[in-house]
Amino acid sequence: MPLSLALSRRQRARVFRGVQYAVLLLAIAAFALVADWGTLREAFFDVDVARALFPEIITTALVNTAFYALLGFGFGLGLGLVLAMMRLSSVPPYRWLAIAYIEFFRGIPALLVFISLGFGVPLAFEVALDMNVTVMLSLGLVGAAYMAETIRAGIQAVPKGQWEAARSLGMSPGRAMVSIVMPQAFRIVLPPLTNELILLTKDSSLVYLLGLSLGQFELANFGRDALNEHKSLTPILIAGLLYLVITLPLGHLVRRLEARTAKAR
Amino acid sequence: MKAGKEPASPEQACQSGQSGQSGQSGQSGQAGQAGQAGQAIEVQDLHKAFGDLEVLKGIDFSVGRGEVVCVIGPSGSGKSTLLRCVNLLEEPTSGTVTVAGTEVTDPDVDIDRVRRRIGMVFQSFNLFPHLTALENLTIAQRRVLRRGKEEANRVARRNLRRVGLSEKEAAYPAQLSGGQQQRVAIARALSMDPELMLFDEPTSALDPELVGDVLAVMRSLAREGMTMLVVTHEMSFAREVADRVVFMDGGVIVEQGTPDRVVGDPQHERTRTFLARVLDPAAAEVGEVPDVGPHTKRVDR
Repeated sequence: MPLSLALSRRQRARVFRGVQYAVLLLAIAAFALVADWGTLREAFFDVDVARALFPEIITTALVNTAFYALLGFGFGLGLGLVLAMMRLSSVPPYRWLAIAYIEFFRGIPALLVFISLGFGVPLAFEVALDMNVTVMLSLGLVGAAYMAETIRAGIQAVPKGQWEAARSLGMSPGRAMVSIVMPQAFRIVLPPLTNELILLTKDSSLVYLLGLSLGQFELANFGRDALNEHKSLTPILIAGLLYLVITLPLGHLVRRLEARTAKAR
Repeated sequence: MKAGKEPASPEQACQSGQSGQSGQSGQSGQAGQAGQAGQAIEVQDLHKAFGDLEVLKGIDFSVGRGEVVCVIGPSGSGKSTLLRCVNLLEEPTSGTVTVAGTEVTDPDVDIDRVRRRIGMVFQSFNLFPHLTALENLTIAQRRVLRRGKEEANRVARRNLRRVGLSEKEAAYPAQLSGGQQQRVAIARALSMDPELMLFDEPTSALDPELVGDVLAVMRSLAREGMTMLVVTHEMSFAREVADRVVFMDGGVIVEQGTPDRVVGDPQHERTRTFLARVLDPAAAEVGEVPDVGPHTKRVDR
């Protein structure tokens, strides 16, 4: 006690930080001693298994993941734009419809949408949806709900004076929206929309539910299939790293866009 | 003036003729579109309420062609609202507003057509930040007036030169000072070849040392014969440039007349109190000018 009283506040902070490092080092040392390195290496870093995955995991799985994500994103963006406009409409029923849609699809798991469209709709209506259409609808319907709110917020973030200036120059409401408000709103929503693309990239893994043929495999499916074949976690680890190949650059892009927006204000 | 070559004018006049609201003057306005007859702005019994708050309590007032009118008054007096009712940025609660022979308060009027002829300059500039100075001046010319690119650029460059900013045509608004932004905003309004210009406290958001350049541009516009309605706190500008000064307080016009009369020799106590505060803020802070009360009679022309 007299010791701690003798220390200044800064000295106490230094001691406390030292203790934190000590605990961390102890934990790592304990893990290193206890872990069965041989088994771990075999499970996660089996070089032979890894080699067998290439090049298909890139040329088929990675490409398909990106393709499915973009498919859903494109459809979701279009629908989200329409929903955002409805949400801002001066006609109340449009607003209600948009709000109901957004609340519904934001509130349910994407998994349910995949099941409904992948199995429910074909069974109930006896129609066979094309695989790509099913993926586009499933990812897009959910993505649209999030993007609609993002776009609406972006439009509302454009200062009212911009609208007034445009209308004062004789622009019609539609023209003012297209030429003045939308371009500015788009800049504002670009970072959150990119985030949405990251989310959709990860959600595209849900297509593994749909029972794909080999050429339609995306990363999660491909990894799972290889897991069964090789009895090794290595494919899963590599599939995970390949998701990062897509999402990390996008995340970096988001930060750069946000910095640019901050500078422009 | 400019109205002569404005292709939309005859239609506009017909519209106002149909509405038949002020029969006689509507007819003469139609005939005299290009001439001197008719007022640039005619406001009759204008009321505007925001919810329970009555901001304009019956305004009658007009601006003649080529006239420069400055509206002064304390904040909250309704002067900006009056200005914004002229191009219908605010929808009046009742009363009529007629601009260059077209009744803008007529529900059937094509307001976009009328607004083309009314230049508007805002306190906060409201330049389009995603467009260069030149594009700010051309976008409405091209999208609204359907001018070709070459013509729009030519008009835009001429107006940038007019406000002394030719060398800034490639700059984005964020790269310009407040004073420069406001001059670009004036040039943007001028590029539509407006018949009249509205200024809503154009220098209030500017650093003091930047006010002069903007006022100089407005002064030269006035000299060229532009019809101008200016809400301002710049008393020296009002005295020097205005043909008429209107003093508003509490949603009514208290008095109006030549600058020498209203600013130099105000007849009403409220005007005197306001001017004392504006012209010498330090003195007003020390002691309130005594309110002599009962004889502050309102004059609604």
